[in-house]
Amino acid sequence: MNSVRRRDLTMLIIGLAIFGVIQGMISGGMIGAFWQLNIILICVNVIMAVSLNLINGYTGQFSIGHAGFMAVGSYVGVVATTNFHLPFIVALILGAVCAGILGFLIGLPTLRLRGDYLAIATLGLGEIIRIVIMNIEYVGGAAGFKGIPHLTNFAWVYGAMLITLFFIKNFVNSSHGRACIAIRENEIAAEAMGVNTTKYKVMAFTIGAAFAGIAGGLFAHQFYLISPNSFTFLASFNYLIMVVLGGMGSITGSIAGAFVVTFISAALASFPEARMIIYALALILLMFYRPQGLFGYMEITNFAPIKKVLDKISGKEA
Amino acid sequence: MAENKPLLKAEDVSEVFGGLKAVADFNFYINKGELIGLIGPNGAGKTTIFNLITGVYVPTTGDIKLDGESIVGQKPYEITQRGIARTFQNIRLFSELSVLDNVKIAYHCHVKYGLIETVLRMGRYFGEEDEITAESLKLLKIFKLDEHAYEVAKNLPYGAQRRLEIARALAAKPKLLLLDEPAAGMNPQETHELMEMIRWIRKQFGLTVLLIEHDMSLVMGICERIYVLEYGMIIAEGTPTEIQNNPEVIRAYLGTESMN
Repeated sequence: MNSVRRRDLTMLIIGLAIFGVIQGMISGGMIGAFWQLNIILICVNVIMAVSLNLINGYTGQFSIGHAGFMAVGSYVGVVATTNFHLPFIVALILGAVCAGILGFLIGLPTLRLRGDYLAIATLGLGEIIRIVIMNIEYVGGAAGFKGIPHLTNFAWVYGAMLITLFFIKNFVNSSHGRACIAIRENEIAAEAMGVNTTKYKVMAFTIGAAFAGIAGGLFAHQFYLISPNSFTFLASFNYLIMVVLGGMGSITGSIAGAFVVTFISAALASFPEARMIIYALALILLMFYRPQGLFGYMEITNFAPIKKVLDKISGKEA
Repeated sequence: MAENKPLLKAEDVSEVFGGLKAVADFNFYINKGELIGLIGPNGAGKTTIFNLITGVYVPTTGDIKLDGESIVGQKPYEITQRGIARTFQNIRLFSELSVLDNVKIAYHCHVKYGLIETVLRMGRYFGEEDEITAESLKLLKIFKLDEHAYEVAKNLPYGAQRRLEIARALAAKPKLLLLDEPAAGMNPQETHELMEMIRWIRKQFGLTVLLIEHDMSLVMGICERIYVLEYGMIIAEGTPTEIQNNPEVIRAYLGTESMN
């Protein structure tokens, strides 16, 4: 147990060190505006991918409407800061709470469905959220919400990302997380072992939606304008791709997935014609040669050479 | 024994699927500490009875009582929490997970730490997690699975998977253990070891056991009382010797020759 704590501390220190390096490079003017934006997007996408992974990868409930919850977080957040002049942190929390409540309300009826039926239902719900927002004049309708203060910076997104990662890591490595994983593995057996499957499905869905809400708030305050078009089902698919690419049921996999997808699309930004082709090819090849995703169910921190180094740093006997 | 209050009692339980009466007027009781067998030809409704007891099906009519309280209409997880755990005829392990995690999951209903303690890694979290791991390893040792603790469950040999199912069920700390064909697919040597194991765990954990089994050497060897089911109805009840000599059972189930 002490070693678990020390391990957590090590991960936190590594996380903060990475933050220091990147923040230093940004302050020193070594990273241009374009890559600064993309670094922020990577962090937002990590939050999206990891929270979606809790639902899809760990609990095994195939949801493809995650951008809908992001939209809720975005719009609640921008209304809170722009119209009500609330502090950014309050706006983010409000967005998370609203997205979480919506996730709970949507989850209760839809999580009775299985497999493809659930996927289609969540796809539809994501679209409903977007279209409802599109028809609310108060938030600008289809034209979008303008005049959002630029509150998001690297420190905010990185901090929120670390909190998300630790939250979900700790959740997954507990009896609650094991209950979710048991549902993925075999729902009937999970129920027979005393797991309230409905409760844990809804819980995973709610937590995932709440973190998508936070990601939405961070995303929205990066731009002057947001419109419902940022949250179409294509966006949802993009997050799903990150999860599948990284490995369903692997947090570090989702980080890698979010990083790779965002990085590839940014790096190819100057070749707009070839971009989608290369992107699609990369996905096809990966699914061909590594259908379980980059990391599968594994965490990179459990990969023998890396584990050794980590154990050494945390001072645990190997 | 008869004056004991039964641990589990079924009263006139029937289960109808469409036009098919899978179980009809099923009455039985199990006293605390007994080891009971449930036998019958294929399709007699044995597994249906397990599903009725564990809440997978709700009886069309009748009542099932655990410790004198009705458990009809409760969800399977609630019934597990009240002290009934089971294994499955067609193995249902968490096949992609490690052997150890399979067992750890079953401690779920005894975990007291909450969501906040989980996420902030404080309070009871570490203490309980350590305890769960230690107890799980102890259970695995009993079932001779401790060397495989970190292997993926689906890679275990068949007999070991069956043992893991029993270990997992025990981790839920049941009062009543339901075993659905625990010896299926085992060779005689393994079956013999399983018999010894069932006897031992029953004594060690103070369990009451109800088992479905086709392997007569196991049923006749360890069960104290046997119910025989045919077409959803009980046609005989008694000690192994009584059952072996019951002409009705011989007709329905064992054929014309008596078994040994």
